[in-house]
Amino acid sequence: MEWFDFVLERYNYWIVIILMMTGLYIVFARGNLVKKIVGLNLFQTSVFIYYLTIGKIAGGTAPIYVGGELDHGGGHGEEAPGHDAPGHDAPQGSDASLHETPEGASDHVNDLFGGEAGSDKIANDFASNDLKETLKDFQAQGAAAPTGGEASLHTPPEGVDGKIANDAFQNIKKPESIEFSIGDGHEAGANSLADAVHQASEVIYTNPLPHVLILTAIVVGVATTAVGLALAVRIREAYGTIEEDELEVIDNVAEFGEEARARAEGAAS
Amino acid sequence: MNFAEQLPVLPIITPLVMAPVTLLLPKGRAPWAWATLASWLTFAACVFLLREVSASSAGFISYHLGDWAPPLGIEYRVDLANALVLLLVSGIASLVFPFAYRSVQLEIDERQSSLFYGALLICMTGLLGVTITGDAFNVFVFLEISSLSTYALIAMGARRDRRALTASFNYLVMGTIGATFFVIGIGLLYQATGTLNMADLHDKLAGNHSRVVDAGFAFIVVGMGLKLAMFPMHLWLPNAYTYAPSAVSAFIAATATKVAVYVLIRFLYSIFGFDFSFMGSAFTFVLLPLGLAGMFVASFVAVFQDDVKRMLAYSSVAQIGYMLLGLSFATVEGLTASLVHVFNHALMKGALFMAVACVVLRAGSHSVEAFAGLARRMPFTTWAFILSGLSLIGVPLTVGFISKWYLLQAAFAAGHWYAGFLIVASSLIALLYVGRIVEVMVLREPAEEGKYAIPARDAPLSMLIPMWIMVAANIYFGVNTELTGEIARRAAEALMMVAGGAP
Repeated sequence: MEWFDFVLERYNYWIVIILMMTGLYIVFARGNLVKKIVGLNLFQTSVFIYYLTIGKIAGGTAPIYVGGELDHGGGHGEEAPGHDAPGHDAPQGSDASLHETPEGASDHVNDLFGGEAGSDKIANDFASNDLKETLKDFQAQGAAAPTGGEASLHTPPEGVDGKIANDAFQNIKKPESIEFSIGDGHEAGANSLADAVHQASEVIYTNPLPHVLILTAIVVGVATTAVGLALAVRIREAYGTIEEDELEVIDNVAEFGEEARARAEGAAS
Repeated sequence: MNFAEQLPVLPIITPLVMAPVTLLLPKGRAPWAWATLASWLTFAACVFLLREVSASSAGFISYHLGDWAPPLGIEYRVDLANALVLLLVSGIASLVFPFAYRSVQLEIDERQSSLFYGALLICMTGLLGVTITGDAFNVFVFLEISSLSTYALIAMGARRDRRALTASFNYLVMGTIGATFFVIGIGLLYQATGTLNMADLHDKLAGNHSRVVDAGFAFIVVGMGLKLAMFPMHLWLPNAYTYAPSAVSAFIAATATKVAVYVLIRFLYSIFGFDFSFMGSAFTFVLLPLGLAGMFVASFVAVFQDDVKRMLAYSSVAQIGYMLLGLSFATVEGLTASLVHVFNHALMKGALFMAVACVVLRAGSHSVEAFAGLARRMPFTTWAFILSGLSLIGVPLTVGFISKWYLLQAAFAAGHWYAGFLIVASSLIALLYVGRIVEVMVLREPAEEGKYAIPARDAPLSMLIPMWIMVAANIYFGVNTELTGEIARRAAEALMMVAGGAP
């Protein structure tokens, strides 16, 4: 049954192939122009699914940022320059800067949280807005890497996205334990911190680039369909039919006279 | 912002931004004048670009769109090969636009004329974009931009002949299948390498012999084969060229398939390279035989056409056979011949279709009967047709001769001596079909009355001047091969170097 698993595991590719062949068959076999367009659509849809299949990462969610609002606005005090620099570099980036971004950011978080001595300070700081801002910033950067991360394409797509998320997750685990040492009075702040950290760490995004590509291809497909249907309408206006065989007969009659119709009918019967 | 730094993007941005404006202009001359201006500006940009590339030490100019560095960002990469094609496309456009005015006045509804010029500009943008870009997916997008506007433009011929609609519909179906095959191929390459930048693809594909890449290669070759009307996937082409408005025929016959040939060259040589295992067999068993078959079958079919435009369309399919033949030799000489022929064939077909457009303007038809006795009615048009027809056959002192000469040399150098004889033989068929029209034009008596009676008045100057510039180019580049031959050779050497063959 090995082959059966092999086939079953790749079910999405089978869907692609079946849809593609169905679409092509309709295009070639049907004489009705609108049906041809439908076949063409089916054919193109199979390609969309194929591209999505390429981009899919097991366990990954849609490449839409889920960690709350991206707040890059001012007002996070002293930390600002340190955070802004990588944040702005990332999208420009060579892979180097993209890979660095999350690590750099998590280091920073580790510095904040790291060590026994630090924990007191953190406990004190939890309520303060500054730290929340810091975290938001961190989240943004963590997320920016996979999203802006066409860099992930240099190594197999699964690798990088997962790695970034996991790296982030491991580095951030420490603060979770700190959570328990925090006094009651600071609970609210602690929870929001934990939530934020969770969100930043657990989200694995699928590779966004194929999605972007296929959005473009969908636009092209829609435009093609529109033009094709508009042509079908015009053909109907000009000829009174959208059946290919009839169109051919009409053209032949127009060019060679009535005997063309007789010949066509003779061939049909 | 430095003007020179932004130069590579100008051929795309200029027509793309100027095209929608044509819709806002008052009807009449304004949209035409605006579109002509756009085409001239684009041409100027392309001339500067060619000079820049030719002088640059690296051999190419890389432009990062939006300052996003490749391979992540989209790159425009101009080397000599595509600078030559850019020059060609924008040059033909800058002649066709002024030429189009009277022809469009006759053939297109006044209310649609601004749409017509807008679509033609977009079509040109798409073709230039396909040529200039260094990103594989970007090729698809621009290809569809140009194709979609071409479908609309061809359908506009319906005012004169409703068959333009079905021709356009068939082209749409075939073109979309071709483009979708192409995009599947790119998807497969992306799956195998994780990149879309052409130069990066080339690096990543080196040593990658997986079946995914093989499949991608096949999809790309078939998809592009449909777009460039490789025999036997050419069936959409004759009708599309025949029923399109005359100015559109002149433009797309001269440019659209050439750009597709360029894309094929780019993918075969710059992306896959000789390291790729399928290349040899693709050349020997696909491109070479299909090129040869196209040369003969299409030329032969052309001889029996009663419609001059259709005859020229079939001849185009045959000429594409020459280009495929040249590139399938996989030598510098062959590639040079192919690039030279891309350029030269555009010049001759452009001039021929322009001459037909002049006849359509006066005689109202492009069937052979309308050409009877044309030499007495429209001498300038007739001579333009004859000279560019001689060029199509390959008579010395014309560009056609240069193409055939390069191609013959390449065939013998590559050891395909039989191909050399076949090239000469198919040129003789070209002599047949061109000679047939010339005979009708020069020796027949013009019809005095009836459907094909022509007033003894030549085409207006606005059409004659661009047409004769094109004919003059046919002669000039037939005598002076410094621009075409020299640049094509350097471009071919660069391509071969990247492909990893013997330089």
